[in-house]
Amino acid sequence: MVRLKFDENLCINCQTSDCLVKCQFIDIDRETAHQEVMKIIKGEDSSVLNDCVTCYACEEYCQWGNHPLYQISERREGKGMLTASRAITNQWINMCEPQGKYKVGEIKEKALSCCFIGELRRLARGKLFEDLRSSYILGPEFFCEVVYLHFAKTSVIKERLPKVVENIKQLGIKQLICMHDECYGSFTSLAPAYGIEVPFEPVHYFEYLFEKLRDLKNEIKPLKIKAAYQRPCSSRLSPDKYHLVGKIFDLIGAELVEREYQGENALCCGEVLRMVTGYEVANDVQKKNVDDMVLSGAEYCVFNCPYCQMALSEKVSKRGIKPIHIIDLCKMAIGEK
Amino acid sequence: MIDIYKSLVEIVGEEHVSTQKEELYFYARDPGLMPAHEPDCVVTPETTEEVQKIVKLANREKIPIVPMGAGMALTGLIIPLKGGIVIDMKRMRRILEVNEKARYAIVEGGTSQGALKAYLDRNYPNLRHSLPDAPPTTTIAANVTIHGQGRLAQQYGFNSDMVSGLEVVLPTGEICKIGSCSMSPAWFSKGPALPDLSGLFLGWLGTTGIITKLGMKLYPKKKMRDVEIFVTDREDLIPEILFRLTHTEMVEDINIWFQAKPILFKGNHHVTLYITGDTDEELELKRKMVWDSVKEFRESKDGGFMWILPAMKPTFLDMPQKSVTTFADVKKGGGFEYSGPIILIEKYPVLARKLEELADQYKLAYSGMARVIGRSHAMMFGIAFTFNRADPEMMDRVKKALHEGIAFAFDHGGIPWKPTVEEQKMAMERMDPNTLKLMRMIKENLDPNGIMNPGNWEVN
Amino acid sequence: MEYEEIVHRCFRCGYCKFTEDYLNINCPSYLKFGFDTYAAGGRMWLINAWLNHEIETSRHYGEILYLCNTCGNCKERCVFTFKDDLLNIFEAARAELVNKGLIPPAVRDYFKAILMNGNPYKEPQNKRGKWAEGTSIQPFSDQEFLFYVGDVGSYDEPGKKMAMSVGNLLSEAGLSIGILGSKETSDGNDVKVLGEIGLFKKLAEDNIRMFNEIGIKKIITLDPHAFNAFTTDYPKLGGKFKVWHYTQVLAMLMKDKKIPLSGYKVKVTYHDSCYLGRHNDIYNDPREVLKGIPGLILLEMSRNRKNGLCCGGGGGNFFTDLSGLGKDSPSRVRIREALETGAEILAVACPICSKMLDDAVKEEGSEEKIKVKDIAEIVNQAILK
Repeated sequence: MVRLKFDENLCINCQTSDCLVKCQFIDIDRETAHQEVMKIIKGEDSSVLNDCVTCYACEEYCQWGNHPLYQISERREGKGMLTASRAITNQWINMCEPQGKYKVGEIKEKALSCCFIGELRRLARGKLFEDLRSSYILGPEFFCEVVYLHFAKTSVIKERLPKVVENIKQLGIKQLICMHDECYGSFTSLAPAYGIEVPFEPVHYFEYLFEKLRDLKNEIKPLKIKAAYQRPCSSRLSPDKYHLVGKIFDLIGAELVEREYQGENALCCGEVLRMVTGYEVANDVQKKNVDDMVLSGAEYCVFNCPYCQMALSEKVSKRGIKPIHIIDLCKMAIGEK
Repeated sequence: MIDIYKSLVEIVGEEHVSTQKEELYFYARDPGLMPAHEPDCVVTPETTEEVQKIVKLANREKIPIVPMGAGMALTGLIIPLKGGIVIDMKRMRRILEVNEKARYAIVEGGTSQGALKAYLDRNYPNLRHSLPDAPPTTTIAANVTIHGQGRLAQQYGFNSDMVSGLEVVLPTGEICKIGSCSMSPAWFSKGPALPDLSGLFLGWLGTTGIITKLGMKLYPKKKMRDVEIFVTDREDLIPEILFRLTHTEMVEDINIWFQAKPILFKGNHHVTLYITGDTDEELELKRKMVWDSVKEFRESKDGGFMWILPAMKPTFLDMPQKSVTTFADVKKGGGFEYSGPIILIEKYPVLARKLEELADQYKLAYSGMARVIGRSHAMMFGIAFTFNRADPEMMDRVKKALHEGIAFAFDHGGIPWKPTVEEQKMAMERMDPNTLKLMRMIKENLDPNGIMNPGNWEVN
Repeated sequence: MEYEEIVHRCFRCGYCKFTEDYLNINCPSYLKFGFDTYAAGGRMWLINAWLNHEIETSRHYGEILYLCNTCGNCKERCVFTFKDDLLNIFEAARAELVNKGLIPPAVRDYFKAILMNGNPYKEPQNKRGKWAEGTSIQPFSDQEFLFYVGDVGSYDEPGKKMAMSVGNLLSEAGLSIGILGSKETSDGNDVKVLGEIGLFKKLAEDNIRMFNEIGIKKIITLDPHAFNAFTTDYPKLGGKFKVWHYTQVLAMLMKDKKIPLSGYKVKVTYHDSCYLGRHNDIYNDPREVLKGIPGLILLEMSRNRKNGLCCGGGGGNFFTDLSGLGKDSPSRVRIREALETGAEILAVACPICSKMLDDAVKEEGSEEKIKVKDIAEIVNQAILK
């Protein structure tokens, strides 16, 4: 049976309650935070269950790797609580239901996962991907399921994620380059937290990109641009990969501007917040984020996640900042369009 | 016995009359389900005078005439049930005048929706008309003749409400000006403050005269337009949701739709609403008011706004929306038909359930849609099924399902919109006898020889 | 019939008739004749009726089928997933009539002339290269490019004029070109489009064999119709050549400053040929050539590029003349549109467009207001003497 491996003693003995104290959306002191965590552990009602906006940051803040967001999601579902409306929740559940419509290329031991996002397939072109482009998977059968944390539907994760892992295994894939940050988080954080064994090696596409760029070092023409980085929510599930952003930027001659909402203090793109909490919070988060980019002198806003890009492209463009995916930025650096 | 063909050639020229089998075949039918019936000939006049001469000839010789636009009403209204002459109005397609400050345009009887839209976009970008989602070839005159609805329905009513004057050729051949244009060079009113004679021609399905010119009211066009979709799985909440939305007076068009496939839409009712503005501030104010108006439903989680991905938005913002037409090919068969009764919005839940029941019973692919008319005064509720033209058995099932659907709507107080002959009969059976008497009196006096699109609104 | 399974799917919605913005009617046969049967949707419904034996073959049915100019507007505008097959369907329906021997006499005569004389003008084969007499253009031996002229360029007066201006221009720009002259045979584009697939295959295969035998690798065509055949249809029969339309070559030569230009102060509007434009996506090169002439002002007609109105000569109509003229004929409508721009010259890149539009200028009585000239002729005018 698939269930969350949650060690309540880690929370009971935690002295900082960073998960809640550091939360950007809930204003709470350490003592109250600890009390609310205890309520959650005991399955009682807690204000956190109402107030959490599902930005995923607490997954990073927690020093113990005890998966506070996953636990919140479990409790919410257990209590029949919804984040977004029932109709929207069902829409997303239906949208990603496997229906036998998927694409599989000429699979080798190493393959690209494009999740269920067509845009990722478009991005996987050119010199950076020429060896691997034809070896890919795309479709709901390979979907990472992480999004259901936003909708407090861990039951869907528990039902579908094991099948997704099995589908990938059946193809004989040994090393999966996850083109979506969320997929990487799914196989390295979410699956293990639920005791789902992952019989292949997930590789974050940042690592793949970095290695590829090093190989093509002679072809890189430094971009000499100032860029802000939009850190996606799912990046909180793999904070150990965050440093690669800076390393890639260094390689391609892009300056990662210093700004308030970056690193641990990053703001999510806000669009899911719109579904979950309403437009005020979403607008506020987006305004703060983009204002920050403008203040920092960024010429580009570099995206990791296509959904963040869809959420913010128009908004950053209106403020004179060019939106671009990090893969396209790297292509620019090696002279590809 | 005069040679009708020769007489028509004298009126419009040989190139514009056809008694050829191919034209008779094509003009005998429409893309809907109604059985075909061939005309004796087809003509394509270019001027009001030519139309008048044709009508006089037909009246004298007692030949049926059927005026048509693009024939996309789909309910067989342009099928010449008693043969005769089909008058294809589409060569009369000019835009005659736009009065920018009074906000009206004067067009001909065959001017297309698309041409007016394009003309305004190019020359008067601050003006628009109420564009329906039917293909852009559909004509403005035919649309008002059947009380069509467009993008401005929620704000300003039926497209026929937006008529600002008419020039009609009566069945007896007189050319009549209706509205302010009957005594003024300006076409700003279809009736008021004079006796409103436009009602003699609007909604009569071409049985009381032929519209050769019409004035259409134009409305402010804002620089920006955006769309929101409010989704709920509870159809019983739709009437209240719509009531709240229309109260804001901030919304352009409101369409509600539901369908079983693709799976993304399963189980939900989608309220698509449009907002417009000249500035970001105006647009965002309207958006805020719209979101706030349904706050209660959002908080109870009974409904929420969908994230419309950038790739999806152009489909919704497209005018006319091509997806309305492409629905016809869902079954790779090139056909769909719908009944669209006009009915109180409070009936939405029962109609929605009935549609799903019919689809299930008759094993059909369906699309349910509704458009708000006025400030929740009524809605058009569309019961639509798609069919494969190469499958007569499927077409038969669609006919039966539609018949049952429209009967159900009538039972719940609905009235027919662009009804088939059968639906007209069903409506007349339920109508007040004195109303029917009045209709008969009007028809008999305007069309004593019964030549105008006979078989329709046959109140005898 | 090939594509039979698609035909019934047409909804006769009429999107096919319009330009992209719906402002104008852009289907040339519908524009001229005004009956819905003459638009793509009408044809689809009639073909469906014919396949189901609801209508019989008749002179009128044949005319309607053969009045399609194959301009491709319907393919651009149709909203259904089978849009790309529309012209294929019309071609297949025509082929059915050809196979049954039930084609209009004018179409039959065209095929007969091609078969018997090698060209639709029934002129002798040995007159084919005569237009080049007095020029420096040589017969093809082992030059880099074959300059392929085609039927219209070889025999029709305006076409020959165009062949000369293009041939001279290319030659004087230093390009190594040669012509086949009396060895040249019809490319077959319009034969195919008119439904005589068997004859087309023979023409194409003979051409491919000849081109290969004499070592032709690169071809510059005068006529967009030939360009279309060589790039779209010949490869399927094994004919793999590098092909350019002359306007593409001119654009390259001008970019490389191989044509010394002085100036030509004139207002010009450009008519997009369907077989360059909609069929093969070549919109920019002819415009680059015109814009590259100092002093020339390029004005765009209301309908341009993908929305250009066909001159009415495509689909074999240039040869069969089933359409005739008249104030609603597309060529005359096009001239009126050109006049609205204020242009003095209507530039063309196709010998068929050239003749169609030139005739229309005369019908409109506008000879003093606007002249039809091919692009090479305009460039020649601007050359530094």
